[in-house]
Amino acid sequence: MNKSLNGILSTYIGDKSELIPILQDIQSNLGYLPEEDIIKVSKFTGVPESEIYGVATFYTQFRFTPLGKKHIMVCKGTACHVKGAPQIIEGIERHLGIKEGEVTFDMEYSLESVGCLGCCALAPCAMINEDVESNMTLKDVKKIFSRIKRNSEDKDC
Amino acid sequence: MNFNQLLKESAEEYNSLFESENPTILIGSATCGKSAGAHEVEAVFKTELEKQEVFAEVIEVGCIGLCYLEPVVTIIKKGMPAIFYGNVTPKLTEQLVKTYIIGNDPMKEHAFGSFGDKIVEGIPELFDIPVMKPQIRRILRNCGLIDPSNIKHYIAREGYSGLKNTLELGPEEVIERVKLSRLRGRGGAGFPTWMKWQFCIDSGEDDRYLICNADEGDPGAFMNRSLLESDPHSVLEGIVIAAYAIGAKEGYIYCRAEYPLALERLKHAISEMKEKGFLGEDILGSGFNFEIKIKEGAGAFVCGEETALIASIEGKRGMPRTRPPFPTTSGLWGKPTVINNVETMASVSLVMQDGYDQFIKYGTIESKGTKTFSLVGNVQNTGLIEVPLGTTLRQVIEEIGGGITDDGTFKAVQIGGPSGGCLPEPFLETKIDYDSLTMAGAIMGSGGLVVMDQNTCMVDVARYFLEFIQNESCGKCIPCRLGTKQMLDILTDITEGKGKSDDLDLLMELAQGVKDGSLCGLGQTSPNPILTTIKYFKNEYDAHINERRCTALLCKELINYQIIPEKCEGCMLCLKSCPAGAVSGIKKKIHSIDKDKCIKCGTCIELCSGKYNAIERVSKY
Repeated sequence: MNKSLNGILSTYIGDKSELIPILQDIQSNLGYLPEEDIIKVSKFTGVPESEIYGVATFYTQFRFTPLGKKHIMVCKGTACHVKGAPQIIEGIERHLGIKEGEVTFDMEYSLESVGCLGCCALAPCAMINEDVESNMTLKDVKKIFSRIKRNSEDKDC
Repeated sequence: MNFNQLLKESAEEYNSLFESENPTILIGSATCGKSAGAHEVEAVFKTELEKQEVFAEVIEVGCIGLCYLEPVVTIIKKGMPAIFYGNVTPKLTEQLVKTYIIGNDPMKEHAFGSFGDKIVEGIPELFDIPVMKPQIRRILRNCGLIDPSNIKHYIAREGYSGLKNTLELGPEEVIERVKLSRLRGRGGAGFPTWMKWQFCIDSGEDDRYLICNADEGDPGAFMNRSLLESDPHSVLEGIVIAAYAIGAKEGYIYCRAEYPLALERLKHAISEMKEKGFLGEDILGSGFNFEIKIKEGAGAFVCGEETALIASIEGKRGMPRTRPPFPTTSGLWGKPTVINNVETMASVSLVMQDGYDQFIKYGTIESKGTKTFSLVGNVQNTGLIEVPLGTTLRQVIEEIGGGITDDGTFKAVQIGGPSGGCLPEPFLETKIDYDSLTMAGAIMGSGGLVVMDQNTCMVDVARYFLEFIQNESCGKCIPCRLGTKQMLDILTDITEGKGKSDDLDLLMELAQGVKDGSLCGLGQTSPNPILTTIKYFKNEYDAHINERRCTALLCKELINYQIIPEKCEGCMLCLKSCPAGAVSGIKKKIHSIDKDKCIKCGTCIELCSGKYNAIERVSKY
């Protein structure tokens, strides 16, 4: 883990303006920002840890705990809202047994809602890792999760 | 290679798509296309072509704007116009390969349009179909028709000729032409673009910066995403032109991290530009040097505000500061900085490519040119559109949008995102231009048009926007931080049937305070959704407060679900799928819903609708 952090830091010069890109790189590598990495970033950039936390907590993108293997982001944009996004979020919450912002016990899934995915013409929509699901209905929720399960079982075989 | 050689080579390559003996297949692969299954369709095309031993070029293109028809596929065969197919499934893909690519039957029952010199009987010309006819596609001219990751396609369609023209003029002359085009910023406020540039030059400092704001945060708006995914060079060309005009050596594109494909396309396009000499040192032999860096946003709506965006690029919390000084005097690293929106940049390319006189041909006296909008919500033809400024809302919603879905009735159109407003039916004749929309109580904003039908509760819409704003308020100034929270609490109470008779007065008072007292645009405009809904839909507020009734039957606390006995066939579908176990009954006997157990999730209505329509929402009070 440390090696990869050093690898990330070696692509930067340590300027204060690089703070957000560095944090973004760490997070895209690990899925979250571990405390020990923040301490090292602080030494590297000369920005106090408190200030790094100040920046990181300001932006919704940054997390301090790990995500599930499948991270679900349900769009809460206006078009999605008008077309029933609140029901979809509740449907997924019921299906996974977790609330928005939580991770399942087996670390398989994490769920959050986001401002707008920019896929408004096919509302309501959600992103599961890199894939966008569009025109979602409550019926689809079950189907999507059984498909994900099937696909991951196929991979395991 | 000089520009003319490159142009010749590019034109040959692009034209070969239409003249080649081998067919070309264009697959709409922007985010909308991908989410609708473009990848699957592409894979089937490839396997099927291989199986049938036919050679055809398969190219991923951007979005033509008809998102409701995604996945969209275009097939080009020699001697035929390009033919567009919508809602393409893997099964239809197989048929198209056999019937049209190998055979000669273009399957007109599945085609929605054609493009090119020839006409196929039974297939209308693409720009004649009702959704396209009222549109003037200038910004979107290349979207869906070129490979966004091939710079030559862009060049073949007059791309970078605007930059070439620019570099032959002095910066003052470029500003003069943009001034004559009367281009106003497309980010929402509508500030004259040339003036912003001039202010930056007048600052007197030598180090200047240019930033392209691609932090498209308005929920319900995706014009910038689509343009960056479908035609990134049109934006990048504008950036280099603007940089030349203001004398900037370094520029930034601040793009949302939620747009991974747009970021990928931008990075690729920048590397192509460097390779061809449109970026870097001595651009096209003019002696002008310019570099572009991409900065990814980290998920903060307020970073769309200029000073917050600058703070974010500098690696700080994205909090706005008081203006003046404006960024054109003191911006990034304290240096004069121009911040222009994505569409403004693409418009600059247009102005410099085919002249300001072509640009001012469209639009009204005060608002020139065309503007892209994302047309979404309860409207038939959702997608990305482009119309001359001055087009009426009715034309957009009824002619282009094809009216309301499911034979519903129009209730409101929300324009301008969280800073905008909701306009009712009598305002459908309003012209879409900066001034008419402001007069009606909305704003142009970046271009999100969300159409709402009779099932939308306007109090809930106001509450939705306040929740959004309250989440995104950076917390620096008190009116916005606390005012939005108070307004949200009041609205939540109203939607839960706990409204009080003086709530509306209090809301109006708070709205005024937040409007007057907030530091930046986010707070200052945050009451707009409340003010317009109170102004135009007061009856809905009154019903919620005085009668505890939600006329749209949407607010959960004010409604119940019930079974219509005459329609229920006792199919057990709702009973089996109810997550709360609230439905009881036996097969072929009328079911019933236990109001106390029902969580109003909507599962039963979704299942029953279209079959028996035996479940309805009714007012609790």
